[in-house]
Amino acid sequence: MVAFEQTFALNVPSSTGNLALIRDFVTRIGSQAGLDDTEVAKLELAVDEACANVIEHAYEHDATKQVLIRAIFDEETLRIEVVDTGKGFDPNSIPEEDIRRLAAERKTGGLGLRLIKSLMDEVHYDVEPGKKNELRMVKRLRK
Amino acid sequence: MANPFSIKKSLEGDLSVIALEGFLDAHTAPEFEKAIQSELDAGNYRIIVGCEKLTYISSAGLGVFMGFIEEIREKGGDIKICGLTPKVRQVFEILGFPALYDILDDVPAAVQRFAEVPTREV
Repeated sequence: MVAFEQTFALNVPSSTGNLALIRDFVTRIGSQAGLDDTEVAKLELAVDEACANVIEHAYEHDATKQVLIRAIFDEETLRIEVVDTGKGFDPNSIPEEDIRRLAAERKTGGLGLRLIKSLMDEVHYDVEPGKKNELRMVKRLRK
Repeated sequence: MANPFSIKKSLEGDLSVIALEGFLDAHTAPEFEKAIQSELDAGNYRIIVGCEKLTYISSAGLGVFMGFIEEIREKGGDIKICGLTPKVRQVFEILGFPALYDILDDVPAAVQRFAEVPTREV
């Protein structure tokens, strides 16, 4: 474990075909930061969900746009930042509905966000639609 | 970048078995959606989804289960899920899927559950 902060970044075209590449990237970073397999799996899923949201909703599958994934870790925390310049959204506008109600109404939205919140220790949004939207997720390395 | 995902279909008596393998994410979920839709188009509303070889699932994959379940149960059928690995099971549990779906150990157990509980209320 290192005492100083290390930063890694991956910039990929906004296509769901790149989700596997993104997962490989964060999986390796998570291991390098010292997370165990269970925590690496949670990180992998949270980042996948965040990037899938950007690709599908912020950029509406426009592969000419770029999704930036930044990973920063020191001995205390691993922080992942997912940055886009597409349509932002207010995460508080998405209600946490009961899963039965969602199924009954044939709605599947909001599941990804719900997963992100339960998989990561902290989740923050900075939203400036059309300029820069940034989702920051934190995993504490020392519990 | 390899993104392996495949679907194998078979029959157990009058039950359709859809076996998933590999990574089910936002990229591959449409393939799973088509597989379920083709069963419904053929009038098959009793479906077992086998996940023994499913190594990864995200909400896009889970959304496919949710998108069809009401239509299937309205027709008196059901989706029974079986063979979840611990990693995949954890995702189902975080989202509360065990309250909505029958989740069994393997295909024979799912067949048995269909005999006992052919459908459920959404």
